[in-house]
Amino acid sequence: MEQKPSEIGSSVTTQNPHLLEVRGLTRYFTVGSLLRPRHVHAVEDVSFAVRRGQVVALVGESGSGKSTTIRLVARLIEATRGEILFEGVDVIQDEPRQASREYRRKVQMIFQDPFASLNAVHTIEHHIERPLIIHKKAEIRAERLDQIHILLGTVGLNPPEEIARRYPHQLSGGQRQRVAIARALAVDPELILADEPISMLDVSIRMGVLNLIAQLKEERGLAFLYVTHDLASARYIGDEIIVMYAGRMVEGGTSEEVMQEAAHPYTRLLISAVPDPHAGLRTRKETGLRGEVPSLIDPPPGCPFVARCPNVTAKCHEAMPGVSQISPTHWARCYLY
Amino acid sequence: MRDLSVEYLTARGPVQAVNGVSFQVRQGEVFGLAGESGSGKSTIAHAILRILHPPALITGGAVRFGDRDVLAMSEGELEEFRWKSISIVFQSAMNALNPVMHIRDQISDVLLTHGFPRSEVQERARALFDLVGIDPRRLDSYPHQLSGGMRQRAVIAIALSLSPPLMIMDEPTTALDVVVQKDILQQIANLKEKLGFSILFITHDLSLLVEFSNYLAIMYAGHILEKAPAHELFERPLNPYTVGLMNSFPSISGEKRRLTGIAGAPPDLVAPPKGCPFHPRCPRAMAICSEVMPAIQQVSPGHEVACHLY
Repeated sequence: MEQKPSEIGSSVTTQNPHLLEVRGLTRYFTVGSLLRPRHVHAVEDVSFAVRRGQVVALVGESGSGKSTTIRLVARLIEATRGEILFEGVDVIQDEPRQASREYRRKVQMIFQDPFASLNAVHTIEHHIERPLIIHKKAEIRAERLDQIHILLGTVGLNPPEEIARRYPHQLSGGQRQRVAIARALAVDPELILADEPISMLDVSIRMGVLNLIAQLKEERGLAFLYVTHDLASARYIGDEIIVMYAGRMVEGGTSEEVMQEAAHPYTRLLISAVPDPHAGLRTRKETGLRGEVPSLIDPPPGCPFVARCPNVTAKCHEAMPGVSQISPTHWARCYLY
Repeated sequence: MRDLSVEYLTARGPVQAVNGVSFQVRQGEVFGLAGESGSGKSTIAHAILRILHPPALITGGAVRFGDRDVLAMSEGELEEFRWKSISIVFQSAMNALNPVMHIRDQISDVLLTHGFPRSEVQERARALFDLVGIDPRRLDSYPHQLSGGMRQRAVIAIALSLSPPLMIMDEPTTALDVVVQKDILQQIANLKEKLGFSILFITHDLSLLVEFSNYLAIMYAGHILEKAPAHELFERPLNPYTVGLMNSFPSISGEKRRLTGIAGAPPDLVAPPKGCPFHPRCPRAMAICSEVMPAIQQVSPGHEVACHLY
């Protein structure tokens, strides 16, 4: 059973409408000389959907295109082709030059590095007040202060009055990431794009930030697109997981199905590489071939995983396989299925 | 290593980065040192090789290698000692290579400096690359022509070049993707079996250490809070900090359960809390914890813990 990639989103579950739907999203970067331009296929034909109150985790190694994908959705960079539908409206067609303020309000982003994403010379209060002013959330300063304090309390920064007066350097990494979340929440967003939000934090405070994301999803029905290289955290907060490799989506579905019944050989390789104290390094079998991500510059046709795949066939070199449903809520792009 | 203490003299006052730390790395064993940033784990690595620079100062304790006293060595002895007895692979090892030199020259450099016969250098370099799983033809590459994983392998090859009995690895795979990380660790494990060296493995990634090391020490704010064989520590963590750490790593298999991590943040080492440094975050803190730092003591064979609960 094969489908076009653009139909993937609709195949998962249908109990509530899509907030975000991405169809055939593609981005090439041009490199090389003017006369002999070459193209980096950073993201190729990516399609997925996010519903309200859902966390979708985009998982992949470096160079998989996951960060480019989230930046395309944030409209920080332009797509080469493809559609981004937000609440059913094609935002690229509707707002071709740049995203509207309304889109920027509804779609907020949290970055990886909480040390770089806050301005060292401004207080925390200033950081959260700015979006309130720009998006006209509160006209009177006293009202804004109230909102700032409520927001800081929401993300677990107490006492809020005191935190608001501090500067970024007086906060720990975890606290700064919470400020970044409070800033995103200030404008009542509907979708939060989180790009590796915990990878730079100390291990003992990572769970706090993940639990906060889970709580915001539960209590406010917020949707998250969570980009990570860490499968375990993707399983922990993701309702769905999409696995990317070399700019392509290779597998997706509910997080339990993807983790427990991984179908694509690449997903299996990735899972087998995660350190697991229960298993033990010395006792585990190799499930994949060694090697690294192929060059993305003008790649040959076919599946990008051919060089490392233990199940490779002649067909795999010719064209990228379409989407095969493994269950109603689980699909893979692989000729094995 | 016994009762090692290191201070950093900063503008805001002395910082006790390592506080009376003792442990032993046995022959052929992987000893894991786990801790978050600022716990002092990397400072220990630097102290062992005496490559700490001012304002860092070793203020007490002893570092012994076999029957030699490392802290008493002269500069000349140290030059001989480093790399031949103990080598180190740094966290940023990928960037530790000189970008304008061929890898071949960087390996020969180490070999020649340590008196390797010139006629055997080229053969040794090829053998080392073979050992770490890179095509020896790559010796004539510049570092930027290699991928991150290959550069890390090249650095490991250089660390192995003089067959040191102990290799210190400070977050050697943190910057790499998991698949590459696993490949490299597997290879290190194989090499260790084959060549019989010991490893002091330093990382913040506890799940990696439990898998990879024989013996494990947990550091927090300059102190070792718990020490035990890796699987004992994983199955029976005693110190509340260790328990909290174990609760900070979601698993990819088994039942999904809610994990809490640890509330609060690691302390400021300029003004560390009195008593046990973990007491402000500890769910089981008692009155005495804010007064007295507990001594580390054995609770069962090989399992030591510093905590007033035991």
